[in-house]
Amino acid sequence: MTSFDATPGLVVRDGVGPAFAEGGREVHEYDVIVVGAGGAGLRAAIEASARGVRTALICKSLLGKAHTVMAEGGIAAALGNVYPEDNWRVHFRDTMRGGKLLNNWRMAQLHAQEAPARVLELEEWGALFDRTQDGRILQRDFGGHRYARLAHVGDRTGLEMIRTLQQHAVHKGIDVFMECAIQRLIKDGDRVAGAIGYWRESGKLVVFRAKAVVLATGGIGKCWKITSNSWEYTGDGIGMALEAGAELIDMEMVQFHPTGMVWPPSVRGILVTEGVRGDGGTLKNSLGRRFMFDYIPDFFRAETAETEEEADRWYEDKTNNRRTPDLLPRDEVARAINAEVKAGRGSPHGGAFLDIASRRSADYIRRRLPSMYHQFKELADVDITAEPMEVGPTCHYVMGGVRVDADTAATRVPGLFAAGEVAAGLHGANRLGGNSLSDLLVFGRRAGLYAADYAKEHDLPSLDQSAVEGAGRAMVEPFDRTGGENPYAIHADLQDCMQDLVGIIRNEGELTRALDELERLKQRLATVTVHGNRQFNPGWHLALDLRTMLTVSEAATKSALLRKESRGGHTRDDYPSADAEWGRINVVTRRRAEGELELTTEPLPEMPAELKSLFEEKH
Amino acid sequence: MASADVIAPEKSRAAEVSGATPPRGDARLAHAGKQSVQMRVWRGGAAGGAFEDFHVPAQEGEVVLDVIHRIQATEAPDLAVRWNCKAGKCGSCSAEINGKPRLMCMTRMNSLPTDEPITVQPMKTFPVIKDLVTDVSYNYAKAREVPAFKPKPKGPDGVHRMYQEDVDRVQEFHKCIECFLCQDVCHVIRDHDENKAAFSGPRLFVRLAALEMHPLDDNDRLELIKQRAGLGYCNITKCCSEVCPEHIKITDNAIIPLKERVVTEYHDPIVWVYRKLTGQKRGKLEAAPATTETDPHR
Repeated sequence: MTSFDATPGLVVRDGVGPAFAEGGREVHEYDVIVVGAGGAGLRAAIEASARGVRTALICKSLLGKAHTVMAEGGIAAALGNVYPEDNWRVHFRDTMRGGKLLNNWRMAQLHAQEAPARVLELEEWGALFDRTQDGRILQRDFGGHRYARLAHVGDRTGLEMIRTLQQHAVHKGIDVFMECAIQRLIKDGDRVAGAIGYWRESGKLVVFRAKAVVLATGGIGKCWKITSNSWEYTGDGIGMALEAGAELIDMEMVQFHPTGMVWPPSVRGILVTEGVRGDGGTLKNSLGRRFMFDYIPDFFRAETAETEEEADRWYEDKTNNRRTPDLLPRDEVARAINAEVKAGRGSPHGGAFLDIASRRSADYIRRRLPSMYHQFKELADVDITAEPMEVGPTCHYVMGGVRVDADTAATRVPGLFAAGEVAAGLHGANRLGGNSLSDLLVFGRRAGLYAADYAKEHDLPSLDQSAVEGAGRAMVEPFDRTGGENPYAIHADLQDCMQDLVGIIRNEGELTRALDELERLKQRLATVTVHGNRQFNPGWHLALDLRTMLTVSEAATKSALLRKESRGGHTRDDYPSADAEWGRINVVTRRRAEGELELTTEPLPEMPAELKSLFEEKH
Repeated sequence: MASADVIAPEKSRAAEVSGATPPRGDARLAHAGKQSVQMRVWRGGAAGGAFEDFHVPAQEGEVVLDVIHRIQATEAPDLAVRWNCKAGKCGSCSAEINGKPRLMCMTRMNSLPTDEPITVQPMKTFPVIKDLVTDVSYNYAKAREVPAFKPKPKGPDGVHRMYQEDVDRVQEFHKCIECFLCQDVCHVIRDHDENKAAFSGPRLFVRLAALEMHPLDDNDRLELIKQRAGLGYCNITKCCSEVCPEHIKITDNAIIPLKERVVTEYHDPIVWVYRKLTGQKRGKLEAAPATTETDPHR
């Protein structure tokens, strides 16, 4: 690990004095820097380092605490251990259909083809997945997956994955910069040249000069009030990429996971794994009805069970029965719960009941879902082996993000790569559960590989000193103001705005109001004041994060306004159905030189005929 | 989460200065009908610090971290605290609550007595950076000393075959969320900074046990376990097991089997002679028989 303060940093500010001093700057030079140390960032750094280039991994939190650690259910990969008939084509088809065919077909193909190798590689690095009877990796059912496909470790798969990658990475000569928050990319002409950020511990600014930069910064969920996401999910990478000249696509596609906790208020939004339904749990309304049977869309009718009996038989026999509607893709289930609550058939605290207690033995539940058992017991006084959970939708994932080349993870900015949730394309309009962890591995590796190749072919760029200084000044500016607003108040109002006006169900009137409100929030942010000094100051950190949060919120809202149809994670009650024309279109966001966002539409890449034919087969 | 209508800091300060006395936070309580709690939070840095009292509202079902966040949003925006998942999965928000090492996100307010102030202070074993944030780099440095996982070759069919009963024991250790509460409570280093150089601590013993009992691992870490990790310092008081939020039986299932291994490998004359005669290298650690205690969470 690089010693935190071994290099003399910038002049430390304590609220007064000049923000920037010439010459005293802490600068690090690398071939490749990877920003973000969740699954994608770790996998990218491992790959880049393995290709023989000097690699740094930079993360906002301590190593091993990134959002990947919270992933529960599993990693989707067509290993075929439980159902030998599974293969990449079936996984590809499921992913595309789950994404309402808005996916980048090539990413979906690479993902389905490479995921099994990436999972087996984790085992080679020490991961211990749950086992089948014959000693292979066990796979579990999840929404939208035709076969039991998720390699898992109980309901703490993300922890196993991040720890395995972390422990593998620390022996590979990768320098890790922990609690170092990157704020801006620096360019040399068209190409990326590095980045500037600050040490959380000291508040000192730090500059990285690098031939290639991989963004693996995750999503934007902290812009919403009810969310499963942590403080880190502020859209840093999306905002930085946009500012550096990269394009975003489909920012309106935000996933609301159907099952977050709803009670007590303080835990509202915390994730309840889809594995509960994968392992036999069902959703019920206040009348005790398994209401998902009332919400089977035509698009999935042919492959979904119509009776409770068939649905229950499906868990044991997938050949002769169709999938339970409890495991429809997440967008469908979230809308159904939303509709039941609106119709007055919700649970006491405004959700739906999720019942596994009456369907599986207490032993089975505790073995398969230990952390859910623990979480409900300790946070909600609910014993999930004896009573149903109350659940409701929670903001969970953004399918949209930085536009990348499918094969190389390269953005439009030379030297800038993106992988994981920050990148867009793989999941289309809706991500299937389990496809995120496999995404991180497949495209994290590809981003690391192609960033290393790029670094080998290019010299170290020069840093634009005026850009560095400008960015540095902007970062410490909130300390210069007095009497302005508290960043926590602005954040709370942003979360209310996005929750109320850019939520699961949207319309033109509310989206327009959201844009007005975002404009007001921007003005308020210009006056934001922080207290105290620069040492580990969460108020300051939030004030800086709000800038990108407002940018990504605006991109999401404007994209949502533009897409006049309902598809996947984007539902408009003024355009309630999917539209074939819009189904062939990406919404593209760019940033003009003056700073405002410019939205256009572009046709999706055309799928080759042999892949198209997979969608014509009868299920 | 606290929102904009919570008392602004300016207002509460004005109330204090004018001697209009109600403890901070009360105005909101008055109309919201919520319980007020007195939080005594340690604030300061490497050079020293002191407890500071905050009176804040607490709502039904809240955990200590919620109340700390409310203090941040309303009264002390620069109060330093680490947190991520808020669901007991990442192990970031470790602190000492009423003197006990706990995760702030998993400590319900209604589990604590409210007739006296609730104290929250940083972990004692690690150097303070600021307020509730400590420098835990010791743990990462020790982790780097552990020889990496080294897999055995795959089976003849190209598959690593392992059975659930063989991985169960190691999966228990893999539940570790690296909250470092076991390190914090361990008396070998809690009051003895000087021992840190020669002692890796319970977290790392769990890691070593996980590797040693891993059905596929083929690396040798005996020298580390016996010498540099300082296993001998541990006199199995089980304090670490008691504070583990994942209920890992650290002492019984990790430390004691490692100690037995060291005894067998280094001090058993029969093993020594056998090895001399057969030229066999040191063996791997067998998974110890399950302890009589059963973990209610598995």
